Amino acid sequence: MVDTWQLVVFWALFAMMGVSALRVVTSSNVVHAALYLVVTLMGAAALYVLLLAEFVAWVQVLVYVGAIIVLMLFGLMLTRAPIGKGMFDNDQRLVAAVTAGALFGVTTWIIVDAFEGQKITLSKATGIRAESIGDVIFSSFVLPFEVISMLLLAALIGAVVIARRD
Amino acid sequence: MSLPDYLPILFLIILSTVFALASMLAASKLTPKRVTEAKSQPYESGIVPETGLDDRERFPVKFYLVAMLFIIFDIETVFLYPWAVAYGDLALFGLYEMLVFVGILLVAYAYVWKRGGLEWAE
Amino acid sequence: MNAIVDFLGGDIVVTAIVKTVVAFAALLLTTLIVVWAERKVIADMQARIGPNRWGPYGILQTLADGIKLFFKEDFRPRTADKWTFALAPVLAMVPSLLAFAIVPIGDHITIGDRRIDLIVADLNIGILYFLAMGSIGVYGVVLAGWASGSKYPLLGGIRASAQMISYEIALGLSLVPVVLAAGSLSTVDIVAAQAGSVSNVSFFNGVPVLEQIAELFSFVPNWYIWSQWPAFFIFLIAGIAETNRAPFDLPEAETELIAGFHTEYSGIRFALFFLGEYVHVVIISAMAVTLFFGGWGGPKPDFLPWIWPIGWFVFKTGLFVYLFVWLRATMPRLRYDRLMWLGWKRLIPASLVWIMVTAVVNTEGVSRNARLVVFGILFVIVLFWLGKGDPRLTGAVTPQRRRVHGPS
Repeated sequence: MVDTWQLVVFWALFAMMGVSALRVVTSSNVVHAALYLVVTLMGAAALYVLLLAEFVAWVQVLVYVGAIIVLMLFGLMLTRAPIGKGMFDNDQRLVAAVTAGALFGVTTWIIVDAFEGQKITLSKATGIRAESIGDVIFSSFVLPFEVISMLLLAALIGAVVIARRD
Repeated sequence: MSLPDYLPILFLIILSTVFALASMLAASKLTPKRVTEAKSQPYESGIVPETGLDDRERFPVKFYLVAMLFIIFDIETVFLYPWAVAYGDLALFGLYEMLVFVGILLVAYAYVWKRGGLEWAE
Repeated sequence: MNAIVDFLGGDIVVTAIVKTVVAFAALLLTTLIVVWAERKVIADMQARIGPNRWGPYGILQTLADGIKLFFKEDFRPRTADKWTFALAPVLAMVPSLLAFAIVPIGDHITIGDRRIDLIVADLNIGILYFLAMGSIGVYGVVLAGWASGSKYPLLGGIRASAQMISYEIALGLSLVPVVLAAGSLSTVDIVAAQAGSVSNVSFFNGVPVLEQIAELFSFVPNWYIWSQWPAFFIFLIAGIAETNRAPFDLPEAETELIAGFHTEYSGIRFALFFLGEYVHVVIISAMAVTLFFGGWGGPKPDFLPWIWPIGWFVFKTGLFVYLFVWLRATMPRLRYDRLMWLGWKRLIPASLVWIMVTAVVNTEGVSRNARLVVFGILFVIVLFWLGKGDPRLTGAVTPQRRRVHGPS
């Protein structure tokens, strides 16, 4: 059973994220678009909190908002990224919007269908604690965990190779 | 976790944001507005500036590299925390697993160090 | 009374509102005092008086400055990006204020039949929340630099934010051993883990001589400063660099790059940046106290038992704020490349090594002797490594002997 206030918060978040997501793709100033993306990602973090997964929520804020968008901002600010109306003369915007909408519709339909009408009760017991995440990662998911370290190694090497070519 | 724990945080967000925005709004209403040419130019210690937003120089790429390195190490930190919290249950085997992870990342770190990626990593 | 509480949404909502308002007001008041105290202490260290006009001992000086800034003309350069320019001070101030939510200032108080913990929000993942707030603080700086629309603030903003993110890694890594030792990310749990005295620690079990010596020290509290002192030093240094305070204040020093990222800011906008920075200083001090110095722990007489923990907390945090001010008055600034060298090439490896040491020492399956050996070896390695940079210590440079007679 879902409380009313949870629904209220959810729809408020939906409205906020929807508007900011739209503004990401329609804003003419790239830095503004990045900031709207921040709003969208914070909304996602709030949704995680609503779903009682607070660890994931704060990791989202810490890594996604705190690191990745900062990287994007550095990239935008340090190069001559185009800013201003008319810089993005793209005739295919309508086609892009239709494609994105179709993709969104299909994905939503698949996900909703996969649930087959089940409802999940979010009680205090289903709240995810950091200890359980730790336990699970290091018992059942050790291999993906180690593979992640290889992925990070590759990313680091790639970053150095790209950046040092001066 | 319980959701009501987040209620004070929500209120704090609202309160501090309202405080900041209200003070800026009040200031814009209560302060004099005497716009002059000199005040509207960006300050460069008296030199007349010629650059605007569209005409920026190329800044060093070391900043971008620092940001990329930050992401990698941030993710490493994020994996260290659940490990640290669950360490009571994980004991020796967990230590070995994490040693492998940190070891691989130390290899990466050593690579960056030797390649000069951290040099006046401005 | 109960009717009012129920009308407003019940116990939880009212407690939340009261906590929020009290915390906010307390933080602003504390900042006022800290700014005044800094000016007085620095003045004292420089053999002058400092503010002494407004209020007794000049204590209202900060208020007067705030009011003055409020009424200053709020202008911005033509090249500034209007919305981001307005947003940046908010993003600099709000995360600092929010970070206070997980700081436990006291034990608990009992009003009627309700027990209220003296912490705004006791989150299970408190430490992670604290780091996340630090991450968001970077936005205020980088956006302020960019939004001003000219290249000096932009460069200052990029340099300041690069410094902040570099030290954020060290900050995050330095807290992992503390979390490991306490077994929890919640600040309340970490404070509770530091209760009790040092002589009860199981490290000494089974060795009678050590146990007897430990008894002598039973008045010493079991704070993490003893068992986690490397983590403390790394945390402190990283914390000072995070807040752009001396000696790491190159990006905003008035003699460098004009005023760095907040060159174009004046009036209330500048005041908000200023406020955010000092609140951040208070937060880092409070976290150092909470994580390494037992939080609100201290002797509690029976008279008014709830007020003594708060008093101890305020006292200890005050000592750290004093340390921040003392460093500003005393130390010269670090050059930017030295600053980055310290953050990347010394603090990060040191904190990673210390995490592994703590893990080994805290593992059940490892024998005591093995732990002591690992400890000892690593300690010696660290000592050598830290001293390596100085050629005088390793004998690479021999002191010249002065020749008194004859040609050299």
